[in-house]
Amino acid sequence: MTTMAETKVTTQVYRVYIRATPEAIWDAITKPEWSRKYGYGGSVEYDLRPGGAYRAHASEEFLAAGAPEVVIDGEVIEADPPRKLVQTWRMLMDEQMVAEGFTRLTYEITEGERGVTKLTLTHELEGAPLLAALLAGEMEDRGAGGGWSWVLSDIKTLLETGKAFAG
Amino acid sequence: MTDDDRVFKALADPTRRFLLDRLFARDGRTLSELESELEMTRFGVMKHLRVLEDADLVVARRSGREKLHFLNPVPIRLIHDRWIDKYTERRVTALADLKNELEGKA
Repeated sequence: MTTMAETKVTTQVYRVYIRATPEAIWDAITKPEWSRKYGYGGSVEYDLRPGGAYRAHASEEFLAAGAPEVVIDGEVIEADPPRKLVQTWRMLMDEQMVAEGFTRLTYEITEGERGVTKLTLTHELEGAPLLAALLAGEMEDRGAGGGWSWVLSDIKTLLETGKAFAG
Repeated sequence: MTDDDRVFKALADPTRRFLLDRLFARDGRTLSELESELEMTRFGVMKHLRVLEDADLVVARRSGREKLHFLNPVPIRLIHDRWIDKYTERRVTALADLKNELEGKA
């Protein structure tokens, strides 16, 4: 096991193949009625144009646990539905993570063969070691969830079976 | 081969597990960096990386003139959610039932 201090990762790349259309995956990422159903269960709010605001609102469960109403904020850099979304992303749950500032997140959606679509998530986490550890799932045993691999696994399950683990 | 088959096949080799561990320790490495940590030819390392890429455990990205290799943990997560959770959950429930019974709460 590598300790967090030793982890020098600045960019994380995640990829998953989902039996769904690019449009369905785009909706799962950008629409609150979908985002509530998987992963951390937050309701996303996107103004899908360059410079547009992004906010993820805490679920009831998160609010009850003392989370702020807006748990993640950021700004849309590029929105090319249903293929590419680039945005900034800052975690507001924890003061130290707020201090790490904005990071850059890119979703790429590529249609493949036989109805299978490739979703690649690239998160540039320069100068954000705490957030990087959280998103890599290293804080899961402390109840912080499994990070991006958990979220993407859950999106896949939701879109392919209609049910997610979080729901 | 299904996706799961490819992942299990990729993991069933100590060199490939070593490469994943190196990427876990520090992500985004070049072939030369990875090669320097193994007693193996460049071609041999390339072949192993290829198997890992086919299983999507490694995603390669171009950065300028370099090709960087990133660890993609999602396939392992899917196997965890699909297989490991299923069996461990039942065992944990069985133990919880046993505890309740022994303590007379059942």
